Amino acid sequence: MTGTQKTGETPVLERTSTVRVPVGGRAWFVQRRTIGLVVGCVVAMLGLGFVGLSYGTSWATPGEVFGALTGLEPSVVIAEWRAPRVVAGILFGAALGVAGAIFQNLTRNPMGSPDIIGLDAGAYTGALLVMTVFAGASVTVAFGAVAGGLVTAALVYSLSRSNGLSGMRLVVIGIAVNAMVTALNNWLVLRAELEVAMAAVGWNSGSLNGIDWEDLVVPGVVIAVLLTVIGLRASALQQSALGDSIAVSTGVPLERQRLLMVLVGVGCTATVTAVAGPVMFVALAAPQIGRRLAQAPGVPLLPAALTGAVLLQFADLVAQMLLAPVSLPVGVVTTAIGGGYLIWLLAQEVRRR
Amino acid sequence: MTSAPPASPPTARTARPAILVVGLLALFAAGVASVAVGARAVPLGELWGALADFDPLNGDHLVVRDIRLPRTLLGIAVGAALAVGGALIQTLSRNPLAEPGILGVTHGAGFALTVGAALGLAGSAVSQLGLGVAGSVLATALVYAVGRHSTLRLLLAGVAFSAVLMGVSLGIRLTSPDTLDKYRFWAVGSLAGREQTDLTVPLVAIGAALVGALVIARSLNAIALGETVAHTLGANVARVRTATLVLITVLAGAATAVAGPILFVGLIVPHLLRRLTSGSVPWLVGLSAVVGPILMLVADTIARVLLHTGEVPVAIVTAFLGGPVLIWVVRRYGAGSL
Repeated sequence: MTGTQKTGETPVLERTSTVRVPVGGRAWFVQRRTIGLVVGCVVAMLGLGFVGLSYGTSWATPGEVFGALTGLEPSVVIAEWRAPRVVAGILFGAALGVAGAIFQNLTRNPMGSPDIIGLDAGAYTGALLVMTVFAGASVTVAFGAVAGGLVTAALVYSLSRSNGLSGMRLVVIGIAVNAMVTALNNWLVLRAELEVAMAAVGWNSGSLNGIDWEDLVVPGVVIAVLLTVIGLRASALQQSALGDSIAVSTGVPLERQRLLMVLVGVGCTATVTAVAGPVMFVALAAPQIGRRLAQAPGVPLLPAALTGAVLLQFADLVAQMLLAPVSLPVGVVTTAIGGGYLIWLLAQEVRRR
Repeated sequence: MTSAPPASPPTARTARPAILVVGLLALFAAGVASVAVGARAVPLGELWGALADFDPLNGDHLVVRDIRLPRTLLGIAVGAALAVGGALIQTLSRNPLAEPGILGVTHGAGFALTVGAALGLAGSAVSQLGLGVAGSVLATALVYAVGRHSTLRLLLAGVAFSAVLMGVSLGIRLTSPDTLDKYRFWAVGSLAGREQTDLTVPLVAIGAALVGALVIARSLNAIALGETVAHTLGANVARVRTATLVLITVLAGAATAVAGPILFVGLIVPHLLRRLTSGSVPWLVGLSAVVGPILMLVADTIARVLLHTGEVPVAIVTAFLGGPVLIWVVRRYGAGSL
C-alpha cells in the first residue's frame, strides 16, 4: 500500500526542504523529511520482514528465505506460516495508523483515536455477541465486529453532534461510551460459558498468531480499497485540517468529507479488529510518532501509515521472541512499546522548553 | 442526589448546608438498603436486632454482621476515597477531566500488585495496600513529571503510561498462572468477597487521608485561583501541592488496592457537585465524601440484585451509571464548561 506514494522517492529539486514531484501534469510538493521517513520506514519494513521470515523455532538461513520467496526451494513454514504473518503486520499496522490519523484529524485531538473513543471496544462487543449469543463461526464474528464498530461510531458521532462537531466533546463522550462498552464486554465475558470466555479473552488481547493467507484475502482487499479512497482525498483532508471555514471556502464538501473519513476510519479499525482482535494503541501512538518523525504540522496520513506498519511488525516480532516458545498477544507489546515511545517523545518536548 | 435543581450561585451558597443534610440522610438510607438487600433479604426488624441484640444462631443476624455490614463500610470508604481523590486532583490540576484512573493511578496499582504477586509479596492485606499505594505514587509522579505543563499532555502521558504498565503486567500475568489467578479477582472491580479480608489497615489509611483532605482543602481554595494568586495570598504552593498529591495517591491507591479498578466515581461525583458548591473547595471535598459513598452503595446494591443468577461486579454498574451522566453533562454544558 505504499506503492502509490513511492513516487516521492525520486528527488527532482535539490534547493529547498521540499521536493517537487510531477504527477500527471500537476506538481506535488513533498517535504524532504517525509521522503527520508518513507525510505527509512520501507527499509525498516524490509529488514523486519526478513527477520520475521527467518525467525521461528529454528532460524532459517538467508538462502532458505530467498529460496522460499522465489519458489526455488519451497518451504511451507516460510511461505505459508511466516509470510502471512509478516504481511498482516504491515497491512494491519498501516490500517490502524491511518484510522488513528483520520480520527485525530477529525477531532483535532490526539486522544480522539479509535481505541480511546470506544471503536475497538465496540467491535469487540459485536464479536462477543456473535460468539456468545449466536455461537457464530469466524466469518460471522468478523461481520459482528464490523457491525459493532459501526454502531459504536454512529453512537459516539451522533451524541457529540449538536450544532457542529467539537473535538473535545467527541473525545469525552467517546471515553464515556468506551467505559460503558468495556463494562458490557466484561459482563458478557463473565456470563459466557468458560470455553467461549477463554476464546474471547484470548482474542481480546489482539494477536497475529495463526494467521494464514486465507484470513488475509478479504481484509487485504477491504483495507486496500479504503486506503486508496482516503489517499485520493488526501489534499481535501489537508484543506480541512486548516479549519472548517477555510476548507469550505476552498471548495471542500465538509459534511460529505467527514462522513467519508469516519467510514474509512471505522472500516479500517473494524476490519483489523475482526481478524486480529483489538490491537490497542497503534492507532493512538503511530500518528503521533509519525508526525513527530516527519516534523509535520497536523497529523499527516502517510507517516501514520508507515509508522503504524513498522510499529506493529516490530511489536509482533518482539511478541514472538520475548518469551519464546510462548508467543505473547501482540497487543501486549504494542501497548508497551507504543506507550513507552510516546512518553519518551513527550518528555523530550518538555526538556526542549 | 443527582436530581437537585441547578441553582444560581447566591442560592447555592445558602443551600450548601441543606444539601449536606439531604446527602447525609440519603447516605443513611443507602446504607440501610445496602445492609438489608441482597440474595437473602433481611427484614428491618431483624436488621435492628442484629445490631442491638445479636443472636449467633440467627441466620439473618450472621449475614448482617459478617457480610453486609463490613461490605457496606467498605463501600462507604471506597466511595468516599475515590470521590475525594477525584475532587482533589481536579482542583489541583484545574482540569475537570482529571481522574485518578486517567492519571495512571489504577494501572500503577495494578502493575505493583501484579509484580508483587509474581514475586510472592502480595500475601497479606498490609503488603497489598503498600504495593497498591507505592504503585500509584510512582505512576502519578511520572505522569505528572512528564505532563505537568499542559492539560492535554497530562492526559496523553497518563494514557501512554497506563498502557505501558498494562502491557507489561499483562505480559507478566500471561506467563505466570498463579499471578493471573490472584489478579483475576482483583481486576474486576467489585466489593464482593473483599469484606472477608482484614480491612483495618486500608480503612484506617483512607480515614486518615480523608481527614487530611478536609484540612488541606482550605489551602487548596487559594491554589484553585491560580498559582500567582495563591502566592500573593501567602499560600505555600509547593508544600500544599505535594501534600495533596500524597493524599490523592493514598486515597486512590488504597481504594484501588482493596476494590480493584472502579471508574467514574472519582470523575462524576466532584463534577456534579462543583455547580452546587459555588467554588468552595472545602465544601466540594466534604460533599464528595458524602455523595461518593451514596453512589457506591447504590451501585453495589444494584449489582447484587440486578440478576437472579449472581452478582454483577460493581464497576460495571458504576460505568453504566456514570457514563450517561458524563455524556449528559457534556451535552448540556459543553466540553468547555467541564
